[in-house]
Amino acid sequence: MSKPQIVKYKMPECKKDMPLGPSSEAGVIIEPNAGWRVMKPIIDNSKCVMCLRCWLLCPDGVIDREKGILEIDYNFCKGCGICSRECPQKAITMVKEGKQYD
Amino acid sequence: MTSGNKVSKREFLNGDEAVAYGVRLCRPNVVSVYPITPQTIVVEKISEFVANKLMDCEYIHVESEHSAMAAAMGASMVGARAFTATSSQGLAYMHEMLHYVSGSRFPIVMMNANRTLAAPWNIFGDQRDSMAQRDTGWIQVYVENGQEALDMIIQAYRLAEHEGIYLPVMVNLDGFVNTHTYELVSVPSQKEVDEFLPAFVSKNAVDFNNPRSYCMSASTEWNMEFRQQQHEAMMKSKKVIESIDREFGDKFGRYHGGMVKEYKCDDAEVVMVTTGSVSGTSRLVVDSMREKGLKVGLVKLRFFRPFPAEYFRELKSRVKAVGVIDRNLSFGYEGAVGSEVKSAMYDSCGSPKFIDFIAGIAGRDIKKDDIELMYNKLLNLSRGQEEAELQFIGMRWQE
Repeated sequence: MSKPQIVKYKMPECKKDMPLGPSSEAGVIIEPNAGWRVMKPIIDNSKCVMCLRCWLLCPDGVIDREKGILEIDYNFCKGCGICSRECPQKAITMVKEGKQYD
Repeated sequence: MTSGNKVSKREFLNGDEAVAYGVRLCRPNVVSVYPITPQTIVVEKISEFVANKLMDCEYIHVESEHSAMAAAMGASMVGARAFTATSSQGLAYMHEMLHYVSGSRFPIVMMNANRTLAAPWNIFGDQRDSMAQRDTGWIQVYVENGQEALDMIIQAYRLAEHEGIYLPVMVNLDGFVNTHTYELVSVPSQKEVDEFLPAFVSKNAVDFNNPRSYCMSASTEWNMEFRQQQHEAMMKSKKVIESIDREFGDKFGRYHGGMVKEYKCDDAEVVMVTTGSVSGTSRLVVDSMREKGLKVGLVKLRFFRPFPAEYFRELKSRVKAVGVIDRNLSFGYEGAVGSEVKSAMYDSCGSPKFIDFIAGIAGRDIKKDDIELMYNKLLNLSRGQEEAELQFIGMRWQE
């Protein structure tokens, strides 16, 4: 999968664990980056025709197609709603964050 | 040319040229510089070495001092040994990058030709430029002649690249008095320097096999830990400075004193603290006053950061009065060196007898008569007479 993976990062626990100056292992994302999302996109895969418009337009590249269906990585989705607005099938609905949904 | 020779050679060089010869012997991979009076000869000489294929390095003509330091930092980040040089307005202009380099722990060496800052515009020497960079996290050493300049460029790389230090080092020469004065300078052979200073293998460089993010931000939760780390490396460097200087002395026959160099202090009643070129003139004054039976001594402060506070704490107990010649001025208080010396000597038994002399600003001569006057003021103070704690020496008129 090409989407970013959360990698567990062991924080320094004492002075000796500190790196030499501000540097760290590259290519890792140590925490989800979606904390400010208000509305959450939900894909109805029964309506989706895999046109990939949302996949193409997502500004954060968080829509994944590798399993043959589209999946959203909620660890990085910011909830901008572009996918929902652009979907020709109206297969993506925006749901208020924190609400119960099926 | 000394390249390849096995023995040192004596050359007739000015301070700037001595720096350039020192840099050449250190085999930097990258030199990024912007010329400014009175540092220009360093730039010219190095570019001449490169053009004549006496130096194998990337020589980068940059558009400003800010870029000079940024380019040096980029070079260090990929594991290169980097050098730059500047002065005065240029040093002020690269101020932002000084913090970047020290905070990111890149062991860059820079020569600074001490020159006053505008306004009023003036190209001559004082130490206001480098003293204003006190808190940038750079190790600062002040040298008094071309020989010490050449030697300290070599030592500076050993110090900067020492495991557990990884801090940048600024080698300061008094503008014109040091940079443009010709003297016989012993230039070590390339072989000797290669033995003393091995090729740089950075522990803080980009490595394709072990990719890391560099110069990242550090949040409030982590930033202070990095600052403490910088401070501890700086404190640790005091011992490393001494040991490198001793090793250098054993190999090249010139020991410069480590953090400070005393002159006739053993039985001294009053001592003067000097930095840079005024030290030599002051020794002559000490000699002539000693002939008159006056117990005066001199302490040449070599390193301003880290500051040898322990030394001054101990010095206080064996002298009656301490003076400082400050070629700088922190407007609204006193000279920068004076402040440090005074605070180091202060303890629960009270403050020492102390005078901070402001002299030699913007290239004004500090004459032997001026220095003798300063010593006499210290002697007066030690004998119980009143003396102002802050005094301007060598003014056109006295109020």
